[in-house]
Amino acid sequence: MKLVALTAAFVTWAALIDRAWGEAPSLPASPPLDSMAHRVTVCTPCHGKEGRATNDGYYPRIAGKPAGYLYNQLINFREGRRHNAMMTYLTQFQRPEYLQEISEFFASQELPYPAPQPATVDSSVLDRGRGLAAQGDPQQDIPACSSCHGTRLLGVAPAVPGLLGLSRDYLAAQLGAWRGGTRRAQPPDCMAEIVSRMSVADLTAVTAWLAAQPLPPDAAPEQSFERRPPLECGSIPTAQRTP
Amino acid sequence: MRWRQGILAVVVAVLVVAGLIAVRLLNPPDYQIGEAPPPLHAAPVDTIERGRELVVLADCRSCHTDRGGAAFAGGNSIPTPFGTFYSPNITPDPQTGIGRWSAEDFWRALHNGKAPGGSPLYPAFPYTNYTKITRRDADAMFAYLRTIPAVRKPDRSHELSFPYSQRWLLVGWRALFFRPGVYRPDSSRSAEWNRGAYLTQGFAHCSACHEARNALGAMQSKDNPSGGLVLNWYAPALTNVTEAGVQRWSEADIVEFLKTGKASGNAPAHYTSALGPMAEVVYESLQHVNEGELHAMAVYLKSLPEIPAPTDLGISYITPARLLAMLDEGRSLYMDHCAKCHGDEGDGRPPAAPPLAGNRAVQMARANDAIRIVLYGGFPPGTEGNPRPFGMPPFYPTLQSEQIASVLTYVRSSWGNTGHPVSPEEVEKSRTGPLW
Repeated sequence: MKLVALTAAFVTWAALIDRAWGEAPSLPASPPLDSMAHRVTVCTPCHGKEGRATNDGYYPRIAGKPAGYLYNQLINFREGRRHNAMMTYLTQFQRPEYLQEISEFFASQELPYPAPQPATVDSSVLDRGRGLAAQGDPQQDIPACSSCHGTRLLGVAPAVPGLLGLSRDYLAAQLGAWRGGTRRAQPPDCMAEIVSRMSVADLTAVTAWLAAQPLPPDAAPEQSFERRPPLECGSIPTAQRTP
Repeated sequence: MRWRQGILAVVVAVLVVAGLIAVRLLNPPDYQIGEAPPPLHAAPVDTIERGRELVVLADCRSCHTDRGGAAFAGGNSIPTPFGTFYSPNITPDPQTGIGRWSAEDFWRALHNGKAPGGSPLYPAFPYTNYTKITRRDADAMFAYLRTIPAVRKPDRSHELSFPYSQRWLLVGWRALFFRPGVYRPDSSRSAEWNRGAYLTQGFAHCSACHEARNALGAMQSKDNPSGGLVLNWYAPALTNVTEAGVQRWSEADIVEFLKTGKASGNAPAHYTSALGPMAEVVYESLQHVNEGELHAMAVYLKSLPEIPAPTDLGISYITPARLLAMLDEGRSLYMDHCAKCHGDEGDGRPPAAPPLAGNRAVQMARANDAIRIVLYGGFPPGTEGNPRPFGMPPFYPTLQSEQIASVLTYVRSSWGNTGHPVSPEEVEKSRTGPLW
């Protein structure tokens, strides 16, 4: 009986192979063939069209982030300082020059940001978050986010990322990964040092506040530091560390 | 009572001696040093430089280097059906590496599969292939490995399931599946063919992936001429033109593929690219290999006998009604997600997206690779000849397993393609486990 069914399936199968399928629906135009836009279609299923992602998930926006920062992350995935199987899979057998080009492509995208997520925590928590972002906590020796990530928290080219326009889930996952040692940066790893000084409540507060901030129309990273960053960071080019 | 103890002692002694003789008989050491067919290109005169080239071709660094770790210092995990192996440190560090080994020890590991002291090595180290490497070439490799920086890094123990964790059982495995041997030139073939055979069978250890293995992890090409499963990828058979066989490719196209990770548009090589574990082989090893050596390998690979591939693998039973529904859904998904690059008729937009009509990776009886490429996408390796590769986007975030099964079933049966249907269960299986 099974044999009969199997045979029937294959006869139907063979008939279907030759079936004509009619007209195709019209499709949106695709980018020019020999372009970076076409090459990075590999990145967009997760990071969103043009790398802008939505702000409600785990995948970060990469459009408009400083090229040096993006490049450092691609290398970190290759070298095991960051852990995401898919990112390692995609970057491990590419030449550094190509990874640099991909980074520059996404860095050059100037795209509007979506509205921020409404905060779901108490205003006292948000106040603490704003305080950490703008002033830090001298008693705990926690520097303000803005002392490295720019006064507007939009990052400093080429290596320090902006902190706005990212989902709370993503921000919390990154700080959590630093705390647990599963996300690292080139030594000296300044973020690992800062996160180690922060309580879980502080991590919650600062991510809640950051994720709730709207972005200004011109959300480009700063081009240089206003003051010398408070900690040594291996990911920041040496020449830039002293403004 | 005393005489009883005496008899017991004699019995134990006899058993021990018999055991030692059995071990010796089952695993006889082999002292053939072999003679390599000479290279056809101007090989380096310097022993260390020659050794470096051979170490690249044998791809030692890939396995013996951990992610982000020092070259050749080991610690890389190698997942297998028997558990996870961790590659050892082969830098010249005297405590944790192979700094105290002699050239003889090194050759014995390659040729006989034994560590200094005689304990058998697990065949995750492909000595089943390396046994063909001559003593002279092994010495050159060893000379090169002596020059790399010594790194102090203790080996991590393998994490194997029982009974594979019992190293002594390898005595039996070796008796069944391993004979040390050297390359025997075939005088009826050209010098280049012989060189290619020596490199392909020994150093490049292609068969370690491209031949099927039995339940005990031994290659079984004689009984079952199909490709092998590697980390959930299917390494297609080199003996079949509907899989990875290159018998009908030009030698130039084969060399281009090995060197750059992609073949040009010439039929029948058209737009083949290396993905998954093969991307690693090209990136880490083959792109750095001398073209003369690659040409010799091409001559040999082209000459491999053609053996029909098994066709009854991986077929899922799907009812005719279900099949119809899958094809309808598959076509609609194809138009929405795939046609923009691969064309309404599967004709592709080369070189960005290869044609799917007539594409053998799409139609193989084992659908593993087609499933993995739709799920995880990927780039061919970045090489000098293909520095900015186009890639395939991953669809695991956007499509369900049922949808991927439908679209693959459609692609595998359209435009003259004749692959079997793919079931959602097969797709689901590929959603877990290591990516490469």
